[in-house]
Parts: sequence; C-alpha cells; structure tokens
Amino acid sequence: MQFTIEENRALTPWVWSMTLKGENSGITRPGQFVQLQLPGFYLRRPISVCQWDATHLRLVYKVVGQGTEAMTGMQAGTTLDVLTGLGNGFDVEACGESPLLVGGGVGLPPLVGLAAALQQAGKKPQVAVGFGTAEEIFLKDDLERMGVPVHIATMNGSAGVQGLVTSAMEGIAFDSVCACGPEPMLKAVYNFADVPGQFSFEERMGCGFGACMGCSCKTKYGTKRICKDGPVLCREEILW
Amino acid sequence: MVKDLHVTLSGVELQNPVIPASGTFGFGQEFRPYYDINMLGSISFKGTTREARFGNPTPRIAECPAGMLNSVGLQNPGVDHVIAEELPRLREVFHQPIMANISGFSVEDYVTAVEKLTQEEQVALLEINISCPNVRHGGMAFGTSPEAAAEITGAVKRVATKPVYMKLSPNVTDIVSIAKACEDAGADGLSLINTLLGMRIDLKRRKPVLANIMGGYSGPGIFPVALRMVYQVTGAVKIPVIGMGGISSARDVLEMMMAGAKAVEVGAANLVDPCACKTIIETLPQEMEKLGIERLTDITRVE
Repeated sequence: MQFTIEENRALTPWVWSMTLKGENSGITRPGQFVQLQLPGFYLRRPISVCQWDATHLRLVYKVVGQGTEAMTGMQAGTTLDVLTGLGNGFDVEACGESPLLVGGGVGLPPLVGLAAALQQAGKKPQVAVGFGTAEEIFLKDDLERMGVPVHIATMNGSAGVQGLVTSAMEGIAFDSVCACGPEPMLKAVYNFADVPGQFSFEERMGCGFGACMGCSCKTKYGTKRICKDGPVLCREEILW
Repeated sequence: MVKDLHVTLSGVELQNPVIPASGTFGFGQEFRPYYDINMLGSISFKGTTREARFGNPTPRIAECPAGMLNSVGLQNPGVDHVIAEELPRLREVFHQPIMANISGFSVEDYVTAVEKLTQEEQVALLEINISCPNVRHGGMAFGTSPEAAAEITGAVKRVATKPVYMKLSPNVTDIVSIAKACEDAGADGLSLINTLLGMRIDLKRRKPVLANIMGGYSGPGIFPVALRMVYQVTGAVKIPVIGMGGISSARDVLEMMMAGAKAVEVGAANLVDPCACKTIIETLPQEMEKLGIERLTDITRVE
C-alpha cells in the first residue's frame, strides 16, 4: 500500500513523529504496527502505530539504527510502501474500567492510540511512563490534551519521580495494565502489578506477517510469533 | 499476449515455474490476505522434521546489503501435526501439486518423515533438505560430503513413492561432486541453492547480531552465486534442477532458466513483498514477449 508523508518532525533529538496519508482500513486495533519499505534497505522496518484514522497514520519512532536514521531525512510528499494492520494489538474490551497504560521510552507511542480507544469505550485510562531525563519526554502533551493523567518517572529525577517506571506506578489506583517497552521493563511491571495485563513485546523481525518464524517466542500456550500472534501477549501466557 | 508458462518436473506438471521457497512461505496461510495463492506453480512448505522444533534463540534475523541473514533453525510443528493440521488447511485454498520440504538429524529422521509425507495425495514432490546451515547436527552436515549426501538420497529413495529432489548447500568446495553423488544414488532432481553462511556484528554492543552467531544469507545479493552454481550443476547432471537464490523478478526467473533450471523457487523476496510471487507470475508473459519466448520449455541452457 502506498502512503505519502505529510509531516516528519523531531519531538526530541532522538524521537520523531511521522504522519502519513493513505488507505488505512487495515488498522483495526491499537497496538498494531506497520512495516515500512525504506529505499536502500532490504528488510522492512516495523514501527508501532501511535494514532490513526481511516486515511492517516501517525508513527512516533526512535532513532536506533540506520533505517530509522534514514527516516529522519524523509521529506513531506515522499511516498512509502507500507504493509499495514500487522499484529494483534491490544484488546480494549479485556481491559478494566480504570486501566493503567505503562510505557518505557519508545514503548509509549502505541499507548496514545490505546488511550483514545479506551476513552471511546467509556473507560478511564491513566498513563505511567519512564524516561531517562526530562529532555527525553515526548507525547505527554498529546495525552494531557486528551484528558489522560500522565505519571512520569525519570532515571535522574529531572522530571516526575526518580527511578524506573514502576516508581511512577506507586499509589495509583488501577484495575488492569497494558504495557509496552523493553523486556526488562515489561517484566518489572508484570511483577509489580498482579492484575489482568496485556504486554506488548519487541523482537527483530523478518517479514512482520507471520511467514518467516524470525520472531518466535515460547509461551505457556506454545510457540507464538511476536509479529502475528503478538506483539501483545496476555499475562496468563507469558513465560519469562 | 498468451504465453505458455507450464513446466514439468519429473512428470509432475506445474502451471508455471514459480514456487515459494521453503521457510519463506510457512504453509501458505499468511499470504492468503494478499493474493490467491492457487496461482502458484507449487509451494515448498516450511521445512518439516520428524519431531516438532522450536528452533534457535532470537534474534534470528539480521539485515544485510541486498538481503538478510536468518538463523531460524528449522522451527516447525513436526510431521504429524503438518499432516493433521497444516495440509488440510492448505488444501482448502491450494489445488496445485505440493512440494514437501523435509529435514532431519539422522537417516532415520529423514526416512520416517518421508514415509509419512509421501503418502499424502497432494504431495507431488519431495524436497530433501541436506543443507540447513542453522542446526548443529544433521542439516548441512549431510550436504557437505558426497558420501553422506548419497547415503541420505539412497535411504529416502527406498521409501519414497514421489520424485525426490535433494536440496543442496552452496557452503561446499565443489557443489558439482555433491550433485553427481545425489544423481548416482537415485535422486530424481536437485534444488539449489540453500542460503550462504554469513554473520553480522552489532558495532555498539560489540556482539554478533544473531543469537546463534551465524546464519544463512539470502536475497538478491546471492543471485549471481546461485546462478553460477545452477549453471555448473546442470552442465554435469542429467536430472532436472530447480534454481533458487535471490530471485526477485520475472527477469531473474528467465535468467535462472537460461542457466539450466527447469523451475525456480522464490525465497527472501516473499518476506519483503508478500505479493512477490504474484507479481513475478503476472509479469513473466511480458518479459517473455520482449525476448520472443513463446513457451518457457523452449528456453535452453546457455553455453
């Protein structure tokens, strides 16, 4: 599917926001992702969907390698080949009435779309997010404009409480969690909050649509593909 | 323009020569949202072993110039599950001859899996993988010596009721000697090449990208190597050869057939473009037209 870049700008020195226009009916749930074909690179790049509607896609991505570095140089008007609607995404119905969405760094973007979907379903989401420093904070304003309370932890204490994201979870009342971030963070959240939970995992992928078995993981219910059966796994099935 | 795309492999007629390569197409289901897979010549399904396998630890995938590395390590649900679950589901949407890709870690492993899969009605061809670079025992070890390759070929041929194609490794000094050993041991045909053993290092972490350290390199970067090996082997054996390795376009298909291949497999291209095989099949007639080719079977090996 061909998409056209409408906007591509830096939110912080390391995190960028790209808005694309194109036929987008493939996305049906928050937490799904897309695979971008980038000129000069063989494999597509999997990027989580931050926000979307029928004709627009907003991706918020961190510069972590040569592919995402190249993305920062892409101008509005450029077309990209995109596979959309990949992965299972979060199950909004399975969340409680007051879910806590927990993000670590670049795990935050899909939680913005999730918060919007939860609000539409009449639920009251809050967000807890961990960053390195105050300078690395992004998407906080977007969430607060939506009326979503944001609880921040930073490693050096320059914003919010000092420590890991679990420090920001202290004292908040919630009945379920949805988490997205690096695996050590997911595990810390899993151990901290013994409530119904959904956890979005990251893995190096080949195809992104379930064919290559590049991103397999073991679960209590057998082998799953992070790209196709995930990236969201529910608490009951996770094997650490 | 109507062109004749039919090809025949050991008496098995295919509507066209385009076959998704094992390990890049699962059992077909993942591609159904993208196109009608019944248009394919055949499907070489995910490499199947006697017992279920999880495969290697992740990361299993690394980017390369003009391709990728994989160290999946023959993840599959095992031959019994394939027969009970995967083949019936594939049969619902795919009515062409199926190629069963089989791997193992001992002669008995191969024989057991072949005995079961050869009985499946829709399985028309058996592709015996003696070239997986991602498993410690078995796999490629059988494909790197002519004696071991001949031993597996002979053992499989004794129980097979369908044509046997031995899938060869490029990670050898002399692929022609392995190919001849398989032919002499009774192989009906050959598939080549499997992936080239490679490696990447993460500069920041100063560690190999792949958890298994090394993996198989596939993609357009290996096409000239594959083409050269198909050319060498088809100059030395009489049995048909299926050519594969980096094929990404209809032009690549024609080039591979001019190197002597009777059919082709398309691998890594499926992973970056799920419609790769569909596009290749649809553009073959116009590429044939440009070259004045009416029937694919008219293509002869270049000298």
